[in-house]
Amino acid sequence: MTGTASDTEDPHLPIDALSPPRPGRWIMAAVAGLILVWLAYTIIVNENLHWDVIAAYLMDGRILGGLWVTIQLTVLSMVIGLALGVLAAVMQLSGSPVLRGASALYTWFFRGTPLLVQLIFWFNIGLVFPSFGIGLPFDGPKLIEWQANELITPFTAALLGLAINEGAYMAEIVRAGIRSVDPGQREAAEALGMSHRQVLRRVVLPQAMRVIIPPTGNQFISMLKTTSMVSVIAGAELLTVSQRIYLGNFEVIALLIVASIWYIVLTTIASVGQHFIEKRFERGHHALQVRVRRNLRPFSRGNV
Amino acid sequence: MAEPMVSIRSVRKRFGSVEVLKGISLDVPVGGVVCVVGPSGSGKSTLLRCVNRLETIDSGRIRVDGDLIGYAEQGDRLHHLSPARLCRQRQDIGMVFQRFHLFPHRTALENVMEGQVVVKGVSKRDARSRALELLERVGLADRADHYPAQLSGGQQQRVAIARSLAMDPKLMLFDEPTSALDPELVQEVLAVMRDLAASGMTMMVVTHEMNFAREVGDSLIFIDGGVIVEQGHPRDVLANPRHERFRAFLGQVL
Repeated sequence: MTGTASDTEDPHLPIDALSPPRPGRWIMAAVAGLILVWLAYTIIVNENLHWDVIAAYLMDGRILGGLWVTIQLTVLSMVIGLALGVLAAVMQLSGSPVLRGASALYTWFFRGTPLLVQLIFWFNIGLVFPSFGIGLPFDGPKLIEWQANELITPFTAALLGLAINEGAYMAEIVRAGIRSVDPGQREAAEALGMSHRQVLRRVVLPQAMRVIIPPTGNQFISMLKTTSMVSVIAGAELLTVSQRIYLGNFEVIALLIVASIWYIVLTTIASVGQHFIEKRFERGHHALQVRVRRNLRPFSRGNV
Repeated sequence: MAEPMVSIRSVRKRFGSVEVLKGISLDVPVGGVVCVVGPSGSGKSTLLRCVNRLETIDSGRIRVDGDLIGYAEQGDRLHHLSPARLCRQRQDIGMVFQRFHLFPHRTALENVMEGQVVVKGVSKRDARSRALELLERVGLADRADHYPAQLSGGQQQRVAIARSLAMDPKLMLFDEPTSALDPELVQEVLAVMRDLAASGMTMMVVTHEMNFAREVGDSLIFIDGGVIVEQGHPRDVLANPRHERFRAFLGQVL
């Protein structure tokens, strides 16, 4: 070492500073803590909540069956919705005005009408189209034909409604993702001689995923709860089975709490999963700050 | 005289109401290095982008190794090439961009493998060994597993050159390859390009590096306002610029 201080050893200079007092923050924290304790107290000692009933029904076979239907509806409608969304987004960015128009019409219609109305509509589709078939269009001969009454169960109606509606929202998310990719990436890929499909699949979509995944995770979490709307067409999911039980035993609040507990468990698991998937798609972007997931924020400590 | 690698004839190109290229003609012989210089907005980058059809041209003809770019001639009519044949044409023309445009979600090695595997259908194993060889050639074998964000600008540009070379192009286009680099990183990229020129690669280089043009270039083209104002051997034209506009330009960049 060279320099004026080189003859002696570097002195150890610890920083052991005291924080300035923050009375405002302490008072706020005390008030918030008090309110939380009071809320917990009123809930725990409240006899009207019937904790024993809640505990008894939490693992009830019918509830678990409804839970399984909720998971199936969520996963299937998100997968179909994502596929529809990618298709609609790619169509929207295509050179053909007909494809662009078709895609715009789809998102316009399904984002413009309430999901509840769509669900009831799909459930009653048999009133408009009594039968479906595969064959020539415009009343040509049909190869196979189904009756709408057999085909449209509460589950298929729910899946149709949720997936098609979700597709319209996913289209916008995917489109934003694709547009977020630097146009230079497309040019570099084209300069290598890649076809449009290869450019999309190998270069654009993987990079768009980084932008697409966070809102898709939120859509998934939101979908877990949106499936409860299916109760209007008796979809046999979590809320519907809870309702069926409380219509028999009048434990309305207890069963709503049972359903809520399961919804919270599902959304929490989904939030954790979202966190790890996002990390996976951050590959090559280490320089970017990894965002703290909004849904996990209540569980993180300190100033993150 | 042997057929040139690149033959550009009366090329015109307009963006909206602005005509960027107003009839450009030039030849690049096989193994030749042409440096294209000019003020910003002069159309030099557009010219380069037309050669591998990142831009379409409004009139004129561009041929690379005898092939008309973007069109097929049948009798006296031109037909647009199918997308598949366009891709085939681009494979033979490497392009290096000012802002590198490496694929950020792939490592340096994967960037160099990508074109070979996806476009040429080379097996992953062969593509990997070829990619390592090319990274070695640009002096980055030890950075093979780094993502672009972990590399300096100069390193990224060298990977980008390796990525283009992996397609075994007949012609390399360089669009201001050192303009986005910090001054101390320029030389490492120029050294790679110098090597490439010495190995006999045909190159078109849009650049502001007059020293590079003087040492490596076989000819120098000065474009201003969409036309070629001056051209000749770099040493001659840089020593004795004839046109006032070229003299003024040199005064600013040298």
